[in-house]
Amino acid sequence: MRIEIHSGRVIDSASDLDASKTLYIAAGKVVGLGEAPEGWHANRRIDASGLVVCPGFIDLAARLREPGFEYKATLESEMRAAIAGGVTSLVCPPDTEPPLDEPGLVEMLKHRARLLNQAHVYPLGALTQGLAGESLAEMGELAEAGCIGFSQADAPLIDTQVLWRALQYAATFGHTVWLRPQEAHLARGGVAHDGEVATRLGLAAIPVTAETVAVTVIIALMRETGARVHLCRISARESLDLVRQAKSDGLALTCDVGAHHLHLSDKDIGYFNTHCHFVPPLRGTEDRDALRSALCDGTIDVVCSDHTPVDDDAKLLPFAESEAGATGLELLLPLTLKWALEEKLGIGAAVRALTVQPARVLGLEAGVLGVGRPADVCIFDPEHHWKVEPRQLRSQGKNTPFLGLEVPGKVRYTLVSGQVVFEA
Amino acid sequence: MNMDCLPDPEQLVAALLAQLVPALSLDAKLVGIHSGGAWLAERLAAELPGQHELGSIDVSFYRDDFSRVGLHPQIKKTHLPFEIEGAELLLVDDVLFTGRSVRAALNELFDYGRPASVQLAVLIDRGGRELPIEAQFVGARLTVPRDQSVVLARAATGHLSLGLQPRQERADA
Amino acid sequence: MRNPQLNAQGELQHLLTIEGLPAAIIRQILDTAEPFVSIAEREVKKVPLLRGKSIFNLFFENSTRTRTTFEIAAKRLSADVINLNVGASSTAKGETLLDTVNNLSAMLADMFVVRHAQSGAAHLIAQHVAPHIHVINAGDGRHAHPTQGLLDMFTIRHYKGDFTRLVVAIVGDVLHSRVARSQIHALTTLGVPELRVIAPKTLLPTAVERLGVRVFHDLAQGLRGADVVIMLRLQSERMRGALLPSAQEYFKHYGLTPERLEVANPDVIVMHPGPMNRGVEIDSAVADGSHSVILPQVTFGIAVRMAVMAILAGN
Repeated sequence: MRIEIHSGRVIDSASDLDASKTLYIAAGKVVGLGEAPEGWHANRRIDASGLVVCPGFIDLAARLREPGFEYKATLESEMRAAIAGGVTSLVCPPDTEPPLDEPGLVEMLKHRARLLNQAHVYPLGALTQGLAGESLAEMGELAEAGCIGFSQADAPLIDTQVLWRALQYAATFGHTVWLRPQEAHLARGGVAHDGEVATRLGLAAIPVTAETVAVTVIIALMRETGARVHLCRISARESLDLVRQAKSDGLALTCDVGAHHLHLSDKDIGYFNTHCHFVPPLRGTEDRDALRSALCDGTIDVVCSDHTPVDDDAKLLPFAESEAGATGLELLLPLTLKWALEEKLGIGAAVRALTVQPARVLGLEAGVLGVGRPADVCIFDPEHHWKVEPRQLRSQGKNTPFLGLEVPGKVRYTLVSGQVVFEA
Repeated sequence: MNMDCLPDPEQLVAALLAQLVPALSLDAKLVGIHSGGAWLAERLAAELPGQHELGSIDVSFYRDDFSRVGLHPQIKKTHLPFEIEGAELLLVDDVLFTGRSVRAALNELFDYGRPASVQLAVLIDRGGRELPIEAQFVGARLTVPRDQSVVLARAATGHLSLGLQPRQERADA
Repeated sequence: MRNPQLNAQGELQHLLTIEGLPAAIIRQILDTAEPFVSIAEREVKKVPLLRGKSIFNLFFENSTRTRTTFEIAAKRLSADVINLNVGASSTAKGETLLDTVNNLSAMLADMFVVRHAQSGAAHLIAQHVAPHIHVINAGDGRHAHPTQGLLDMFTIRHYKGDFTRLVVAIVGDVLHSRVARSQIHALTTLGVPELRVIAPKTLLPTAVERLGVRVFHDLAQGLRGADVVIMLRLQSERMRGALLPSAQEYFKHYGLTPERLEVANPDVIVMHPGPMNRGVEIDSAVADGSHSVILPQVTFGIAVRMAVMAILAGN
């Protein structure tokens, strides 16, 4: 298949390119950018006038719900959602049932994903067996099976000695450890940010210190072990100073924020809206504003969807009993674009946060549109605003606080390895 | 408002008294229906011979139109400072129309006890009954268009006057 | 965001919380409750207002006391009352809260009185019932207990009249108390100029002062000049965690005794939502003393609940 994408605005953050150029794709790779290779003829020409052509997005957190939670979503439905959202690579956390703590499970997941021939799937392996936080999982075996890092997902790691050992062991072999910083005891029983809203609604609270204490411990252990750590879903303003300091001290620390946390605060819970039940919780407006700035200034490296499809029944419960999370793969571009436009950063900043930045965290040669590179491409219309409605979402999860609201940015084409896998 | 065709309530009070004096026992207890009936009962008690204990009744909790129009926004307390059981009662209202207020008042009275007898006195009987209820004592009989309400008002001086208002579902009975 | 307890005309459709309720509606409820108080003194303690209506007491959390007051209120209005202790039975069978509600709606309910251990349960039910059904929150988690808040307002108004000159102190476990939250919203809406909460830091929620209260940790300071003192119940399970060392130590710091009450106004009234822990938050000499209005609170509670039911059923 030889595809020519012409008349589009090509944005490639890695090479600081933002210009109208034609992209030439053949045999799964980019074969020309601006200039056609010799003897070029196309099987297919895509007119991208008025559209942005950029590397396919890389999502650092998307729950595919397999194995174990097929009633919430299946690999098929969520992979369709990914390409509909322009996501060509995604990282899935190990909190499946059973958790991804055995090479066989990882191989099966990668195999099933490959058969679908859609987005590339990069699993995180369980850091501890069964995510129980007691004994280490077989990181070497899991890495060989295809895990790009190790994580507890949202499962607590209460025993700091286990965390210390895990970081030592991971550092020995150069594995990255992905941790969601939350001190389990301080967060115990909590479902909402410890502030005025939780006080008014009578919801058990999670204090900011649950996060800052955990970040402090992790950073101290990084200094001691030399481990490389990626902090998942920073939620509090106070954590950002700790991250800045650690980064300026040269620690191998990266971090991400969930796309919803850039736009929502605990006030959006309103009258117990369970679509605003998140882990970590939506915090105050000052926190939200600080997260937005930190993504601008690079303290936060990446924005991710934290895609969590939840079935309706699990949301139609009293707030504290409802399941946390929101569907996100198809909203990742709109929410990132919304952030970039509101912060007056331009479309390029959104593309950067979704492509080259996550590729750096992963150490992958992805998120780039260079000649000779794999042709994972997203073509989207930045001017198209659309109303979020359940029937428009391919994900099996229709759970989003943005239902009924208008968001910017509609994906028109997604190419994975030179094949058009999605068009709308 | 049309004041011209309506009688002077002071004259009607006199007409009522003329009927009540020979007929009413000297210890009958007077129960006025809020609010016009209560004013009227007060007047009658003061001017009738004998000792007439005075009570008032708000029938809001006994109305039959609750499920259509809801609860009246301002409800007065029913105040019956005497035994209802075995008492001779004179129920007093300003205007008798459909008979529904009187029905509600009777029901409420019986929740306080079993009176020996209940008679009814009204300032105006405007016809249009929807229930088999009649007053023993009537100040005047009037014909009023169905879409109008006759309203009794009391000035700070105690002077009573009558007026017409467009009929509201809640206000009429 | 439209207040989910008001209908399009701004009338009360459900009673879920006092927060956001216009002062006029609160006053309407209190005014309507007045004539209901005297019904208890009659030969027949009943009015036919809600004849033919079905009121379901849906108690997902056991509370015989509260359920009984709602039951009495409904029966005095001549409604048919169906009591359901759904706490254990249906949830154990895997039925969700909304399954239960839908099942009962099919039995032609007109009103649900809901008690649930989770904050927001009554809101959830109100959002999903048929439009003709009214929901009364009889306590949801730590969030709200609006009829208790209203009966407390009725009590205060009965003894003190004007809210706009009062110093009111709420003492105890505000953190876990739905009653305290409802009282705070009611008192601030009715214009109480000085509202205090008195408790150790472990029993106060974050940013409680944003609800419009002054925070005191010292009982003597907080009680000074108070016209109304509201004691909150301290549940015994609070002693098990790290919130408080012991009931004895709590009583030493925050228990209300006649001596401690001396710094309050001479005509102070003392209230308690019940059930009391004598010797933990309140000394018997105060609970049974001349300042106590704890028993009238119970009497007024029935009238206030009748008023709420009558107003809702009419809207």
